[in-house]
Amino acid sequence: MLFYKSVATFGRYLMLMRRTFSRPERMRMFFKQYIKEMSQQGVDSIGIVLLISFFIGAVICIQIKLNIESPWMPKFVTGYTTREIMLLEFSSSIMCLILAGKVGSNIASEIGTMRVTQQIDALEIMGVNSANYLILPKVLGMMTMMPVLVCFSIFSGFVGAYATAIIGHIITVDDLTLGLQHEFNEWYVWMGFIKSIFFAFVITSVSAFYGYTVEGGSVEVGKASTDSVVSSSVLILFSDVLLTQLLS
Amino acid sequence: MIEVKSLYKSFEDKEVLNDINCVFDNGKTNLIIGQSGSGKTVLMKCIVGLFRPTSGEVLYDGRDLVTMNKQEWKMLRREMGMLFQSAALFDSMTVLENVMFPLDMFSRDNYADRVKRAQFCLDRVNLLEAQQKYPDEISGGMQKRAAIARAIALNPKYLFCDEPNSGLDPKTSLVIDDLIHDITVEFNMTTIINTHDMNSVMGIGENILYIYEGHKEWQGSKDQIMSSTNERLNSFIFASDLFRKVKEANK
Ligand SMILES: Nc1ncnc2c1ncn2[C@@H]1O[C@H](COP(=O)(O)OP(=O)(O)O)[C@@H](O)[C@H]1O
Ligand SMILES: [Mg+2]
Repeated sequence: MLFYKSVATFGRYLMLMRRTFSRPERMRMFFKQYIKEMSQQGVDSIGIVLLISFFIGAVICIQIKLNIESPWMPKFVTGYTTREIMLLEFSSSIMCLILAGKVGSNIASEIGTMRVTQQIDALEIMGVNSANYLILPKVLGMMTMMPVLVCFSIFSGFVGAYATAIIGHIITVDDLTLGLQHEFNEWYVWMGFIKSIFFAFVITSVSAFYGYTVEGGSVEVGKASTDSVVSSSVLILFSDVLLTQLLS
Repeated sequence: MIEVKSLYKSFEDKEVLNDINCVFDNGKTNLIIGQSGSGKTVLMKCIVGLFRPTSGEVLYDGRDLVTMNKQEWKMLRREMGMLFQSAALFDSMTVLENVMFPLDMFSRDNYADRVKRAQFCLDRVNLLEAQQKYPDEISGGMQKRAAIARAIALNPKYLFCDEPNSGLDPKTSLVIDDLIHDITVEFNMTTIINTHDMNSVMGIGENILYIYEGHKEWQGSKDQIMSSTNERLNSFIFASDLFRKVKEANK
């Protein structure tokens, strides 16, 4: 029964995506929405991304230094580990997990409210493909902005690491720089971008699906918003395992 | 003209509409009345195509909506305007942007002409002074009027109103009713209104369809309704003291 239900839900999700990914009625209207969503979902998330990444970068640096560093470990270990954690997992996957909470609930409640106040019906009556008009700009906008957010996150994480060196004197700046540059593999950055773009799609499309299929009132909108965060988080974690296997 | 022929609609096992047959004429305000839960909204959604009927036909000047292909369906929607129970204005846009939305989407006119058309529609519903306000900054009656302006922006042939008076005081209701009626006559539209408001029925009911538990119980005009002997209809109309007294005074 549960299996049957999840297959049915997945089918409805695919059908919604098929309606979403079609040519917009009016390109001018699409670009207007696209720019708006990039600003609303992406630019408005920069603050939280910078804040969290800064502290995580700092904390990783301190933890590694205090717990792993020992006399027979090379000097670059702290910086190297900090860089690899930021590039490989934190700035792409964990960042997206955090954004699933912010962006996902925002999208689900916005679209859900439009559903229960009949604004989506109003679009349909006008002959507008409501899925395409509402969801496509959100999905593409977030997919465009996510790599930018990843960049900001990596950068801010390194700033955090340097802050522990300069302000906290946990580690010398030279050691940290040596570590951050040690055996740099450019592919890891691209891997982070690819993963984050995929996660951006998961977050936006899944939460849009939950919002779009709301039936009832404000209680159901709240539930859809919670469900969308839970589902997209779980999906991110699953697909992170798969993608990491695939891309490494 | 819209014709509905032997329309059935059920949700899973629950039958909501049962063999509805009726004709809605041009330039007339057609009313669908009935108790809450009798199936008015479902009937209207079947007529406009938001629900697919289980069986039956809905003919728009002879074109069957149920069997129509996508392209015809798209063209037909351009000819429809709908006023929702909750007004359903887009709350991220100003009143003017709301009215301009269908024009932005479908009209080939340039920007200045679209603004002009939107302002003409807003002026028609006496809402020009509120054009820069957001929907949550204006009253319920104004929201309804803005929604009417948006519905008529593309000059539709068919106008649908689901409970246009719900949540409004009697005086504002009257304004909305008259507005819908005047617009219908002015633009020669086919208008269908869902209502359970007896004031509307007596005010603008030129062709009234009474739905009782999903089937058509009675059809006629507002002049016939007072003298009707249909028991279910009478118990619905004369549920209010006022109308009972009016009827007795008429005798
Ligand atoms: N989407 C739906 N799924 C199942 N039942 C529905 C749905 N929409 C309406 N109904 C049922 O149809 C009946 C008529 O509802 P409705 O047309 O909204 O009544 P009203 O005359 O007040 O507008 C109600 O009993 C309602 O429960
Ligand atoms: Mg209703």
